[in-house]
Amino acid sequence: MTEMPPLVALVGNPNAGKSALFNALTGARQKIANYPGVTVERKSGRAPFADGRPVEMIDLPGAYSLSPDSLDEAVTRDVVLGNLQGHRRPDALVIVLDAGNLDNHLRFALELIAQGLPTVVALNMIDLAERDGLQLDSQKLARALGVPVIETVAVRRRGLEPLMMQLEEALHNPRPVIEPVAASIGAQNQRARDIARAVIISETAGRQWTRRLDAVLLHPVGGVVILLALLFLMFQAVYGWSEAPIGWIESAFALLSDGIKNAMPDGLMRSFLTDGVIAGVGSVIVFLPQILILFLFILLLEASGYMTRAAFVMDRLMAAVGLSGHSFIPLLSSFACAIPGIMATRTIMDQKERLATILIAPLMTCSARLPVYTVIIGAFIPATNIGPGIGLQGLVLFGLYIAGILGAMLAASVIQRFVTQSRTSSFLIEMPRYQWPRVSDIALNLWQRAWVFLRRAGTIIFAATIILWALLSFPKAPQGSNVSQVEYSVAGRIADGLEPIVRPIGFNHDIALALIPAMAAREVAVSALATVYAIDAADDDAAATSLGPKLAADWSLATALAFLAWFVFAPQCISTIAVTRRETNGWKWPIFMVTYLFALAYAAAGITYWTARSFGL
Amino acid sequence: MQLDHLPLNRMAVIRTIHWDDLPDQEGHRLRSLGFEPGVAIEALHKGILMWRDPLAVRVGRMTVALRTNVAAAIDCELSA
Repeated sequence: MTEMPPLVALVGNPNAGKSALFNALTGARQKIANYPGVTVERKSGRAPFADGRPVEMIDLPGAYSLSPDSLDEAVTRDVVLGNLQGHRRPDALVIVLDAGNLDNHLRFALELIAQGLPTVVALNMIDLAERDGLQLDSQKLARALGVPVIETVAVRRRGLEPLMMQLEEALHNPRPVIEPVAASIGAQNQRARDIARAVIISETAGRQWTRRLDAVLLHPVGGVVILLALLFLMFQAVYGWSEAPIGWIESAFALLSDGIKNAMPDGLMRSFLTDGVIAGVGSVIVFLPQILILFLFILLLEASGYMTRAAFVMDRLMAAVGLSGHSFIPLLSSFACAIPGIMATRTIMDQKERLATILIAPLMTCSARLPVYTVIIGAFIPATNIGPGIGLQGLVLFGLYIAGILGAMLAASVIQRFVTQSRTSSFLIEMPRYQWPRVSDIALNLWQRAWVFLRRAGTIIFAATIILWALLSFPKAPQGSNVSQVEYSVAGRIADGLEPIVRPIGFNHDIALALIPAMAAREVAVSALATVYAIDAADDDAAATSLGPKLAADWSLATALAFLAWFVFAPQCISTIAVTRRETNGWKWPIFMVTYLFALAYAAAGITYWTARSFGL
Repeated sequence: MQLDHLPLNRMAVIRTIHWDDLPDQEGHRLRSLGFEPGVAIEALHKGILMWRDPLAVRVGRMTVALRTNVAAAIDCELSA
């Protein structure tokens, strides 16, 4: 039995290059989980000492102090102090300091060093500091802090070996107790600046890239134009670049499904595998390309330092509905999928604003709505041009996006005013220097996103799919009956009960039936409708092509428009509800969210239906 | 002079911060970001379109975005 490897925590301010250093030390073999009891992501990995013995490293969330302002910061404090239930206290700390930002980052370092754990300081991004004309005396800094200081450039792997050597040394020879940290934060700031001043050998005007770029990107008018152009490019890419890979995934699942159909006799097991597992999990995995492209953009915007600028540009507009620039980033992610969007709200300082952002995130048009929109628009909206290069179908799709955004803004102002009763929002954020994103860091991060998504598809979605398949398959319709299996099943009977409720908003029995499996994920509505119309569809898109004419013949235009309006608002995604429960620690807010979104969906569909009817559609 | 009235691109020093005018959380975050009397400060950019809110300022060696209502609680003095 070998003893447990020592646990070392990387800790520092946001934007100090902590994650890059963590990646450089531990390589690609990282584990992502959650800290016990909280949903903050815990990244861990192993790094070897010179003799090959491993160290367990964790990358703590970036923080400015040990008295937390956000959930992320609270986790950092609890881990460092050893207060997190079910998590062992680190044996040592690596404090990551941005060499170009000592004045502001040293205060937190002083607070951390005073905790008395074996500590090594990584003076990171020393190359950027030098680029900006700063010469530092790291030995003087080590003497002032009383702990070893190693100059590192994480992205070039500079200083990693000496860092590991000092870490080993620090773990074996506990340092003498140094003077306790000053009690007041003001005195700590003073001491931090004194030290910073003392260790800066020389300072010349640097090239100030950040300042020059900001003059353009934060320009009162130009900055807005650039942000809008970037967002436009991003959405173009999400839908344009993903077509081919989505096609490959669909073909692969169709092949797999056909293979099983040929290899197995018709029966329950075959139906379970092809109609249940492959159709269900496959219909979710086809969104992987879109989600990855969106994440690629978001990671690039974040790693380059632009994301906080986008928040800056958007802040005033968000303030109009009681939110702030902080909410912009989670809401942007929600266009891919509300789940990562909701998880990204953890960095929002103001808890009321965080809650409001979570509650409106499902209103951003996520990629799962696209298959539904595509089918209905294709079947009911004529493909005519209403202006040069402006198609009516595209315009309707754009209108649905706008309807979601307007709905979210309306919901946000009502929620902030009457539910969270937040008087003011706040916006206070560090804007890091611009940097070239590093390909390997982005690739690693993207891979981790993909893995988390696939793991979810393999567990939660897999389970939901099986339940739905069972609801649609049992009880078995008697042989020779003229009632279809779907109608005869449990789901069909639930639809009978649902129909009177949705009849006033123009929905027929088939829609009522499709809404039930679509609770798991919106896009399932398409394949459910296809099943109802007894079309043997291997995947959603094949269903879409043949489903269109059927729908056009069967539904009135008013019903189709009401169906679209329904999906702008309806919270039909079990995963989103589950993640909301986790992030808000209880059922109160997810129940509130589901209720208000269904109410909105019902009202929107009803208004659309009756307005359309009054125009004779 | 209040920080939200400071002309752009002129070096200044924070004189006093009216902590009592700020919500606790914002005051705390300002402090952790290194806002203290005596620190060098410079207004860099003002927000979009007609609002000119929030502000981007340089404090110490860090660029920080903050809203004008918070900036109004920070008194500065232009350096000669």
